[in-house]
Amino acid sequence: MTILSSGPTTSLVPAAPVAPVAPEGELVTFTVDGIETAVPKGTLVIRAAEQLGIQIPRFCDHPLLAPAGACRQCLVEVWAPGRDGALAKMPKPQASCTLEATPGMQVKTQHTSPEADKAQHGVMELLLINHPLDCPVCDKGGECPLQNQAMSNGRASTRFVDVKRTFPKPIAISTQILLDRERCILCQRCTRFSEEIAGDVFIDLQKRGANQQIGTFDTNVLGFAGEAPLGASAEDTSGRPFASYFSGNTVQICPVGALTSAAYRFRSRPFDLVSTPGIGEHDSQGSAIRIDHRRGVVLRRLAGEDPTVNQEWITDKDRFAFTWQSAPDRITTPLVRNADGELEPASWVEALDVAAAGLRAAQQPDDPRDTAIGVAVLPGGRLTLEDAYAYGKFARVALGTNDVDGRARPHSAEEETFLGHHVAGRTLQVTFADLDRAPAVLLVGLEAEEEAGIAFLRLRDSVVSRKLRVLSVAALASRGLERLSGTLLPAAPGTEAEVLDGIGTDPALAETATLLGTAGALVLVGERLAGVSGGFSAAVRLAQRTGARLAWVPRRVGERSAVEAGLLPSLLPGGRPVADSAARVDLAAAWGVDHLPAEPGRSTTEILAAARAGQLGGLVVGGLELADLPDPAIAREALDRATFVVSLEVRHSEVTDRADVVLPVAPPTEKPGTFVTWEGRPRPFPQALVSHSMADHRVLDRLADALGVELGLQTIGAVHDELDQLGGWDGTRVGAPDVPAAEPPAVSPGTAVLATWHQLLDGGRLQSGEPFLAGTAKRPVARISAGTATAVGVEDGGSLTVSTDAGSLTLPAVVTEMPDHVVWLPTNAVGAGVRDALHADAGHLVRLAPGARDLEASA
Amino acid sequence: MADQRKPVRKPASAQPAKGKAVAPKPRAGEVAAPQEGYQSLIEPRGPLSDLFAPVGGFGVTLSNMFRPTVTDQYPSEKAPTKPRYHGRHQLNRYADGLEKCIGCELCAWACPADAIYVEGADNTPDNQRSPGERYGSVYQINYLRCIFCGLCIEACPTRALTMTNEYELAGPTRAGMIWEKQDLLAPLRSGMLQAPHPMVEGTTDTDYYRGAVTASTPAQAAWVTEHRPDDPTLPGGAGLDAANVPGETAAVMAATVAAATKQGKR
Repeated sequence: MTILSSGPTTSLVPAAPVAPVAPEGELVTFTVDGIETAVPKGTLVIRAAEQLGIQIPRFCDHPLLAPAGACRQCLVEVWAPGRDGALAKMPKPQASCTLEATPGMQVKTQHTSPEADKAQHGVMELLLINHPLDCPVCDKGGECPLQNQAMSNGRASTRFVDVKRTFPKPIAISTQILLDRERCILCQRCTRFSEEIAGDVFIDLQKRGANQQIGTFDTNVLGFAGEAPLGASAEDTSGRPFASYFSGNTVQICPVGALTSAAYRFRSRPFDLVSTPGIGEHDSQGSAIRIDHRRGVVLRRLAGEDPTVNQEWITDKDRFAFTWQSAPDRITTPLVRNADGELEPASWVEALDVAAAGLRAAQQPDDPRDTAIGVAVLPGGRLTLEDAYAYGKFARVALGTNDVDGRARPHSAEEETFLGHHVAGRTLQVTFADLDRAPAVLLVGLEAEEEAGIAFLRLRDSVVSRKLRVLSVAALASRGLERLSGTLLPAAPGTEAEVLDGIGTDPALAETATLLGTAGALVLVGERLAGVSGGFSAAVRLAQRTGARLAWVPRRVGERSAVEAGLLPSLLPGGRPVADSAARVDLAAAWGVDHLPAEPGRSTTEILAAARAGQLGGLVVGGLELADLPDPAIAREALDRATFVVSLEVRHSEVTDRADVVLPVAPPTEKPGTFVTWEGRPRPFPQALVSHSMADHRVLDRLADALGVELGLQTIGAVHDELDQLGGWDGTRVGAPDVPAAEPPAVSPGTAVLATWHQLLDGGRLQSGEPFLAGTAKRPVARISAGTATAVGVEDGGSLTVSTDAGSLTLPAVVTEMPDHVVWLPTNAVGAGVRDALHADAGHLVRLAPGARDLEASA
Repeated sequence: MADQRKPVRKPASAQPAKGKAVAPKPRAGEVAAPQEGYQSLIEPRGPLSDLFAPVGGFGVTLSNMFRPTVTDQYPSEKAPTKPRYHGRHQLNRYADGLEKCIGCELCAWACPADAIYVEGADNTPDNQRSPGERYGSVYQINYLRCIFCGLCIEACPTRALTMTNEYELAGPTRAGMIWEKQDLLAPLRSGMLQAPHPMVEGTTDTDYYRGAVTASTPAQAAWVTEHRPDDPTLPGGAGLDAANVPGETAAVMAATVAAATKQGKR
């Protein structure tokens, strides 16, 4: 079930174009069970049989993994024409999952061939010899291919009388993934997934014959280096403790219960789960997921199947991080701050009245000398399209201001121009399918594995199968880039624009220029480029110069919908510039208001600075984490100083602590909505759980109502109707950004330029309440070059203190190949938030010093 | 298809039996033809039978006055049921006191009335409630729904769930008819130690299933002494009577049934 608006999709974010049908290659005609069929050359017999509706039992076969023929369950009888053209029977049954159809072949499955049926029964009996009879305690029981196919293609009773092979169980591969070896049937789906898809091999086949088993890598044989997970874990092939962002997929594709997740272990049975399709809320990839819940409690999430977006894979964050939505600190009723300064529960009517009165007073203070005038809106970056649209309309219609900015991260005016020029209203110009087809992809300010997990998998698939060249402009080659076989174009933070401008002129970057000049080449820029002055301008110039197509890949789920819905101070919905009077008139007519505010609003930083300076009366704040903002300290002061703060939140936060009225809103499982991927693809999802919580757009509609303004956004259908009616914008657009590259800061001895990006699993609040997942996060380290380490006097593995005037962080130092005078830190690792501790960001100068020996003492 | 069916059966042409009106059986798709008038199916009797027919019924009464009475004096006298009577359920224990239930939910799966709700959980070294890795943390049977068909006990892989012969199930509230795990657990017997405690040293869950464990061991008693010194099931503890306190719902139901029994007694 999917929730759709009255039309199939909104015109703001048009539907994906129909995928071009692959040109039919040479067809092969052969028969399965006497039914003649024609399939493209190279098709496996098991696929052709599937298309005919003929079921062949299988375990190791997976459409997205290379054929292995490991389990032998899919044996069929095959007759093929010999050299003399006469049909001859192959002497033994063949595995249909590795057998390509050839002309004239006659395949007889277990349905028509007693021989194939007997062979399959024999294989099943062999597989079950050592398989324990612990189905009642096994998590897979009830949805187990082995159970099902043992019933359909196996013997009713066992002839095995000896003692079954047993292993100590379970092995914890990481804090999340558990391995029960005795249940394993050696199909190798897990090992093939981690080798072919994710590229982080951590388990493999070991030993021979009856002793063969899936095992972990031996600690004693392999060395130790690099990124380690927080929790206890096994080692991967490189000898590093296993920290994979995609390991949950192995649990899902395991055809038996050999791999299970600690979070779901023994929690439930498939028959008491209700499944609802959903969309991952953790990144801008828009992964299709399946939410399994029982009695109003979400118990697990699985990868949904969507070939255009996430195929059948999702990140562990999308899979396991869902407990935040039902955390104990959920806000259940509206809260109003009383005379004692305490928040106390209130009715919706009372809270909305107090909020409306406060906002009205902030807009027009009683005291004419009061400088704190006006209300600004900070909606946060995790909104659905509908909610983002409601925030924008609320700010412009109910509050009469353009002071609305959805960017809860470092941002710049140049970025705003870039978004208006290149991103807003231009949906599906670069898609996941383009990643598959591109000959070369340049990543700028984007660490694909950490910030765009599904794009990383699609890129890696392309690298492995089609020799895609990946290039990255970054301070250092991360392990993710290594797994993409990527080429690093080293750039100290702040000098990315220089490097981009050098492509085509610098002889050292001649190869890059050639690659980007080939048809279909892509440049993917991340949101972090906003921190580089001139970065977006250089990226646009590069795209124009080389002909490569440019796409913006933000990290958070709501970034693209915020741009499309006009949550920028100078941008209205659909890419309409605020400065363009025609665009304002067009929108005012659609909204049924006389006029819209003409002067461009203030950005997040400017809004917070104004509030801190006492020049802003009120703030309406959505799902915003203050620690994500460029300077959390200023944000805290600003919220403390603002006269009146209304917070729309799911859980208690730093914002609700400072708010005068808190209005509870629904998390994604409790409301229908539409997330928008970085491509601009709408990803509608239905409501999974029955809930009384209201979505943001409905709360804003009621708040506007209390202010005496009718927004008309009470239901999701009303929002969709309005979006459909509004449509896109074909008038003039914002001009291209043209900001000169800034000079990189001068580095004096003892200081370095900070490089930083978010890791997928970190201290973010959307991951709280899930200790098993937190254990698989990478251990925070500080990375410096060998030269810098010598200059500072820190050894590899020693502790390094990075400080600014605001504070310091001490982390283990890891010497990495990277430019000198640069230090890399994870942005928001647990207990080591860079923005919070240092008030600094990428490109800023920090001081380096050897850390105290005892890390515990300094922390 | 239709032409295949046509010549299969000959039309019944034989005469109907004496005194009986047998309508020819209509073929599929046909409607029986209406009969001429009413003809009784009861054979006509002789004149003597017709004469005594009005008082013949008294004979049944008279003959039963000389037969033994079958009235049960319930609840004054409680008659035992047959041994395999399907009464209320019980969650059994192993001989050392560990629970047999592994929380597999097969009983809930088998239940045609959706009367059983189970949630499984991990056994941990500090909280080992059943042998092996998994135990039932929530176990509810709704006796408003249960139809006592016994499919649940047939589904149970460990014989954890069985049915007793207890049939007096009554309660004043709907909530009072939903039995929780503590209500359903079998009472502890001598040699058993109250769970949680570790499995018998050196055994696996398979040994438990095979009945190799016959009583709790001193090591288990030592563990319980360390963690719950006041446990009544320990040697020298308060004893089994103190340990076997019925669950809240079971206690309320027992009181209700006892009161009703008292009221019903003569």
